[in-house]
Amino acid sequence: MCNNCKSEEMVKNFKDEAIDTSLLNPVIEKYGKVKGSLINILQATQDIYGYLPLQALNYISDNTDNKKSVIYGVATFYTQFRLKPIGKYLILQCQGTACHVNGSKEVSQALCEELKILPGETTEDGMFTLEDVSCLGCCSLAPVLMINGEAYGNLTPAEAVKIIRNIRKEDLA
Amino acid sequence: MKVLVGLGSCGIAAGGRKVLESINESVAKNGLDIIVEPTGCVGMCFHEPLVDIIDGDKKYTYGHVNAEIANKIVESHLVNGKPLTEYLIYTNDEPDVFVKNQLKVALENCGQINPENINDYLEVGGYKALEKVLTSMKQEEVIEEMKISGLRGRGGAGFPTWFKWDAALKSKGTEKYVVCNADEGDPGAFMDRSVLEGDPHKLIEGMIICGFAMGSNHGVIYCRAEYPLAIKRLNIAIEQATEKNYLGENILGTGFSFDLRIKMGAGAFVCGEETALIESLEGKRGMPRLKPPFPAQSGYWRKPTNINNVETFANVSWIISHGPEKFAAIGTEKSKGTKVFALSGKIKLGGLAEVPMGMTLREVIFGIGGGIKGDKKFKAVQLGGPSGGCLPESLLDTPVTYEDLSKTGAIVGSGGMVVMDETTCIVDVTKFFLEFTCNESCGKCTYCRVGTKRMLQILEKITEGNGTMEDLDELEALALSVKDASLCGLGQTAPNPVLTSLKYFRDEYIAHIVDKKCPAKKCTALLTYNIDTEKCTGCTLCARKCPVQAIDGTVKNPHVIIQDKCIKCGNCYTACKFGAVEII
Repeated sequence: MCNNCKSEEMVKNFKDEAIDTSLLNPVIEKYGKVKGSLINILQATQDIYGYLPLQALNYISDNTDNKKSVIYGVATFYTQFRLKPIGKYLILQCQGTACHVNGSKEVSQALCEELKILPGETTEDGMFTLEDVSCLGCCSLAPVLMINGEAYGNLTPAEAVKIIRNIRKEDLA
Repeated sequence: MKVLVGLGSCGIAAGGRKVLESINESVAKNGLDIIVEPTGCVGMCFHEPLVDIIDGDKKYTYGHVNAEIANKIVESHLVNGKPLTEYLIYTNDEPDVFVKNQLKVALENCGQINPENINDYLEVGGYKALEKVLTSMKQEEVIEEMKISGLRGRGGAGFPTWFKWDAALKSKGTEKYVVCNADEGDPGAFMDRSVLEGDPHKLIEGMIICGFAMGSNHGVIYCRAEYPLAIKRLNIAIEQATEKNYLGENILGTGFSFDLRIKMGAGAFVCGEETALIESLEGKRGMPRLKPPFPAQSGYWRKPTNINNVETFANVSWIISHGPEKFAAIGTEKSKGTKVFALSGKIKLGGLAEVPMGMTLREVIFGIGGGIKGDKKFKAVQLGGPSGGCLPESLLDTPVTYEDLSKTGAIVGSGGMVVMDETTCIVDVTKFFLEFTCNESCGKCTYCRVGTKRMLQILEKITEGNGTMEDLDELEALALSVKDASLCGLGQTAPNPVLTSLKYFRDEYIAHIVDKKCPAKKCTALLTYNIDTEKCTGCTLCARKCPVQAIDGTVKNPHVIIQDKCIKCGNCYTACKFGAVEII
């Protein structure tokens, strides 16, 4: 391992977990030989594990023509890719212009207080992950949240908190 | 009779799916033989969920429908034949202002047809333009029609579409590509989503025609992953178009072949820039290439490539079937046709409005959008997202054309129009845009990578109350340098919000710097919370809500905020039931 490029430091960006890499075989079979499909491979990998585990990236590098540095470069360039696992519910908070002028900051603050995490983090019980996104394209319903693919619009801080509490309640039931 | 339920992303977010279920149940329960179908977004997001009832020539539109109202509509309108006027927004005999002042070309079918059924598209004349092109026109003739129409790129730069097609046609080589930029990354723009979700075949038809004109047999749609519904509907549309042989080998027996696939973006604003998009298509980091060579000469896999955005392609079939002269008759001399604007922010009627180019900002914002929410005072309109600019009230009579808007320092851009009122702080909004471009800069050019960061730091300093007048000069100098020394559109336009706000709202910067006040009362560090002793009843609620014990006072006696301790969180302001906490 090279000492100058701080690869040990880089490893800290990942959450290292034992995973079943054989799940990747169909993905590599489908895209491995198609040039320019690294992004497709990473998207499919994230669909399988919910994030990009270090082991999976190493496996992709060993079984395709992509160098580790290239894979790491692409995985950290795009906001869609995550190097750490996410909670059961992924909350995307829209930080687009329309949401910004309609009070998305206040909604975000209320959610952070309720969940006791910052954007980009996951609650300790693994239930919720909070993430900022640039625009969900539902600008006339601003401010907007998207939870596991479903959009919620015209929110106030209190309503946003209520939605989270309802999800928690329904999940326990 | 036919019932349409608006199921674009916005309709779904407002509860459209439940409405559709409820109508289906109710129709079945009453034993009615009526078609109930989903449709895309008609642009009236402020009325969602929307339900249309089409009865012969007559069309009734209901707004703000929920499951319960949906039942009532079925009972009253469908069973008893009595329209439920209470929830009716308008009928096609008496359209409301939002609809009346629009002219639909690109969005003509959105909210009118079922996007998941190709037969709906065929019924309204779909793929007729393609048939005409393939059976009776030469490549050069198609390009000539585009030239006559005057269609310019709707994605931002406004480059003449025919020119790009022509350059791609003239490029040597048999392997060429048509790429659709559906990576609508501008925060505040959602017209492409509307076309993708509401009328995907229109885009596909436009792309095939382009493929024929430039001699390409392969198309790729680069669609952002944040639009899952758009991707789903595009997939369905591609499948159905292939089944009917509008896509695939030997289309309609004419010998021309064209295949189309979707490539999902992975979330990077810079990929809206065409060369960065190509890099991303090739599976790499989306970093722009040096131009020339232009994509028309050397693009995807170094082959001749033409890239247009969704709205541009959505105009193509209309131009072919209605004639380019008819298109050219809309709009102004240099900006022809219509443009879709996404109205949002502090506007009463937020949604999509397609208008002839040349309409003034005032006509769009007040005539169609209904003016400012809560009848507050208009302050600014932000055009063109993070690459655009903020324009003040004095420029509201500017016509929306490429030339007139660029004279003001803003741009048409992709068509986002975010309206701001007196409670929006311009310095804060400018900071917001810089945060965005700073995050999204790919890092290739130093001026963009470091310059946007430095500009952001200066803006942070100003909003925190530590700015100096020299900062404004530095901000301006930096902005001009970043513009000059960046390779792609992201860096070249990132300073626009800074430059326009300095030009039109300098007073507001000065208020932050000299008076240490934020006129819109947004910048926390510049606010002072105070308790009006006359209004305070001594209920102690604010003192209990204060996280840092900065409020002093006893029960039934007026309270006081200890300014040294106050962290300006605003809890007391939201907690007080008597309006005794004021912000100065």
